[in-house]
Amino acid sequence: MATLRDIKRRIKAVKNTSQITKAMKMVAAAKLRKAQGRMLELRPYSDKIYEVLGNLSTAGDSSAHPLLAKRERKAVEVLVLTSDRGLCGAFNSNILKAATAFINRLKQEGLEVNISAVGRKARDYYKRRDIPLRNSITGISGKLDYGHAKQIASDISENYIREIFDEVYLVYNEFKSVISQQVNIVKLLPFEPEKREELPSENPVSYIFEPSAAGLYTTLIPKAAEIRIFRALLESQTSEEASRMTAMENASKNAEEMIQRMTLVANKVRQATITRELMDIVGGVEALKK
Amino acid sequence: MEKLSLDIVTPHGTLFSGEVDEVAVAGAEGDFGVLPGHAPLIAIVRIGALITRADGQHGYFFVGGGYAEVISDKMIILAESAEKAEDINVERAMERKKRTEELLARKEGVDFTRAQAALERAIARIQIAKEFAHK
Repeated sequence: MATLRDIKRRIKAVKNTSQITKAMKMVAAAKLRKAQGRMLELRPYSDKIYEVLGNLSTAGDSSAHPLLAKRERKAVEVLVLTSDRGLCGAFNSNILKAATAFINRLKQEGLEVNISAVGRKARDYYKRRDIPLRNSITGISGKLDYGHAKQIASDISENYIREIFDEVYLVYNEFKSVISQQVNIVKLLPFEPEKREELPSENPVSYIFEPSAAGLYTTLIPKAAEIRIFRALLESQTSEEASRMTAMENASKNAEEMIQRMTLVANKVRQATITRELMDIVGGVEALKK
Repeated sequence: MEKLSLDIVTPHGTLFSGEVDEVAVAGAEGDFGVLPGHAPLIAIVRIGALITRADGQHGYFFVGGGYAEVISDKMIILAESAEKAEDINVERAMERKKRTEELLARKEGVDFTRAQAALERAIARIQIAKEFAHK
């Protein structure tokens, strides 16, 4: 049976851990607020740029820009977005599980699958399984900015135009709320913006282009790809911090519970010791009386 | 009278969303005005001023380049950056102008197009603030 000293030592250890998890929760909460703000700011822009593209695609023809070109699917690129750091609950394992299932399904269709990893967790996961990565980007989660999205987008666009792959998918956590994040798989390329409902799709809008359709496509389409990736990065980062916050909150709660339970045991042990000592004394007194 | 619904969105949020009677934009190929009932249009917007008129009231904005789309009385400005004229920080713009001018004077090891664009933005900000902020 554990002695009183052992139990007390364990209580202290758990207390220390709970202090760390509490601090981590606070940090995650602060980071979450920041990331969430940036993400919410970007959402309308990203929605609108897709809206414009959707109209363009009903008006223009798909050969106007190489990123609009639809080809027969032979090779597919899957970009998996994870975090660099752990201790964020099921965040990374959810993503990687979904990505693996998705990749297996693509492989069953007889497609060649390229994988690119964003975040240390995805890179390590595939490295451990000896799955080659086409590209991996790490160390960006703390200091995420538009430049990262640009860099990823230009790499993907370049390889898409060179016909290394014919379709590109993003796998990332979409932020629903602090307690709910959802794994999302979206097709990035070729562009297939949703058509606006209020517009008659069988009757394509004839736009006036200024300066020219080609001039607009060459800047607008890469821009839309960058924005899409940037948004996914931000969503993923926000989800990561939310997930970490929840995980740390649970850890703190569990520690609290553990401390309570152990304090109870410690008190029982202490009382038992006192009782035993009293019995000894009383027994000694009784013996002396005789 | 027919109205035009206008949205000015930037990667840092929605700056303006509402009904207006007229919008004047600095297009890449020259300034143009949009009234309700305009034909569908997609245009590149250069760095410059954007002026709105709603019920006789004018609104003045700085737009740091982007795109404009008009379709069925709905106008979207996708701006790289945008500010209301009265929110422009002139001091900061002045400082930026000075810095980019120094940068451009060096001629070496400078991302010329980027610096040029930054300078243009700074100049446009200063101009717009001077012209419109007090109206």
